Amino acid sequence: MELLSNQILAGIATGAIYACMALALVMIYQAIGHLNFAQGEMAMFSTFMAWQMIQWGMPYWAAFVLTLMLSFIGGIVIERLLFRPLAKAPILTNLAGFLALFAIVSSVAGLIWDFTIKPFPSPFGASPFLGSQLISTHQAGMIGVILLVLAILFFFFRFTRIGLAMRAAAIQPESARLVGINTSWMIALGWGMAAAVGAVAGMLIAPVVFLEPNMMGGVLIYGFAAAVLGGLSSPLGAVVGGFLVGIFENLVGTYIPGAGNELKLPLALALIVIVLVVKPSGLFGHTVVRQV
Amino acid sequence: MSANRESAAGAPAVDTGSGQAVTLGTATSIVILLLLLAVPLFFKNFIIFQLTTVLIYGIAVLALNILTGGSGQFSLGHSAFYALGAYTSAILIEHAGMNYALTLPISGVVCFAMGFLFGLPALRLSGVYLALATFALAVATPQLLKLGVLEPWTGGVQGLTVDKPDAPFGLPVSQDAWLYYFTLVVAIAIYIASVNLLSSRSGRAMMAIRDNEIAASAMGINVALYKTLAFGISAGITGIAGGLGAIAVQYVAPDSFTIQLAIALFLGMVVGGVGWLPGSIVGAAFIVFIPNVAESVSKGLSGAVSGILLFVVIFLAPNGARQVALAFQAMIGGFKKNHGGSNVC
Repeated sequence: MELLSNQILAGIATGAIYACMALALVMIYQAIGHLNFAQGEMAMFSTFMAWQMIQWGMPYWAAFVLTLMLSFIGGIVIERLLFRPLAKAPILTNLAGFLALFAIVSSVAGLIWDFTIKPFPSPFGASPFLGSQLISTHQAGMIGVILLVLAILFFFFRFTRIGLAMRAAAIQPESARLVGINTSWMIALGWGMAAAVGAVAGMLIAPVVFLEPNMMGGVLIYGFAAAVLGGLSSPLGAVVGGFLVGIFENLVGTYIPGAGNELKLPLALALIVIVLVVKPSGLFGHTVVRQV
Repeated sequence: MSANRESAAGAPAVDTGSGQAVTLGTATSIVILLLLLAVPLFFKNFIIFQLTTVLIYGIAVLALNILTGGSGQFSLGHSAFYALGAYTSAILIEHAGMNYALTLPISGVVCFAMGFLFGLPALRLSGVYLALATFALAVATPQLLKLGVLEPWTGGVQGLTVDKPDAPFGLPVSQDAWLYYFTLVVAIAIYIASVNLLSSRSGRAMMAIRDNEIAASAMGINVALYKTLAFGISAGITGIAGGLGAIAVQYVAPDSFTIQLAIALFLGMVVGGVGWLPGSIVGAAFIVFIPNVAESVSKGLSGAVSGILLFVVIFLAPNGARQVALAFQAMIGGFKKNHGGSNVC
């Protein structure tokens, strides 16, 4: 029984990271109708920036906040420079754009910081949380920080003018434009926020997976699985999906023999394909009606 | 759902250049063929090896082109089929002692079957969802190849070494030159078969699905059959390319078939021009030579350079090399507008 609760708690901790990634993916998907395949690489780049600042002697939380701000600006710049001109282009062109961004970001990170694996500090430490053996302080801190981020986002979208405008621009761009919302800037804002949310995920997972240019590959796939499970059109679904996928991953790794680390990514692939085939709209999404 | 999202979903997923077709005329084809045949006479073995690589990637890009340009489905996971083909050939050569040339059709058939099977669930996915599922497939491939259960055959992380074939019948050509000619023959055969496939009844059925799936099914086209068939054929051809790749590189290992390879193939297709088969070789040259040049300037630069060039292509010539070819054709057409039909159409 202790093993089970232990694994579920650990699953919630990594699930929080997947929830963050999935939320970042869904934010951009909502805004422009495309999946950002470079989301993981962007988060990895942000994490490297935070690492660099900490190396320069900046306190952890100062580096954390500054990285969030820089990522936010970076996301907006990427949208304005690269993806706004592609807004009307076919899916294929957009896909190529995301893959090009993927290649550029991972290559530039390797150029600046090389490909050796670096440890990343945890602000919480790795000791057991409150003397309990179930969960470490870092895992507890991860859950805490991400719940805080989610709460802030919830209040932002629910109770602020600009949050409402962003939702309107995502759901009904034409009508939003007619009531005077600058939908184009709302999309850029969505990119900025997605980049910042992804950066939170990157900085919190880095102490666990270690810092290197390919560190987000697996996390991104699990983020996709979470987003698909929850439904690509539902931010709430993305968060729930993230936690479910985290728990699923840990339970399968523990209770199905031979499925440990080796089958991690294939399992995520299977999950994505099964959800897409059985219920493409996910748990919380709504079905898209296609017109001829 | 917004009004403009709906119209975006209803529009064809691939813009194939508003029906303008550029095909290579007979004269152009013969000149290109002669140049390709003469290559080993003028270059050193290393360059011949690189040109062989271009041909091999050209086949893989062509396969992707049949899938995307032909039936309008996306795949970011063709590295998986390339890997499957490479491993099938390598295992047959090393463990079963089979002749390298005979392993290629087997690789093709194995990959066709796998592609067809993957295409079955993928049937229900379109556009970005299919891209997502295949992306996950590409990321998972190296891990699948490392599986402990398969290690006796695949060699696990270490991979497998493959012997390089000698020229048969005591022909006086080097191993590299022989492999080049062998690859060239395979490439030409596949190219001709693909051109015929796309202009056949099945090819036109696929294109109808690409342009409007619902209208195609209303016309009585078996959408499910043709979509999975396109996926299977594309995977099969990629598998043959993978088998050739294993023979040329003389080595297969899980980390040669990462998402980077899948991205490279996709980039090759975009650079060459989606739906334009001759563009495949241009795209393949792009993905082979650009990283080499960039890598010689600074280690690790290749991703950045190909990414930036890709953005340049997307912004300046969204239809890739085909657009450039069209421009050339228009220019030539301008020169000889008084001579009636030109031979490049």
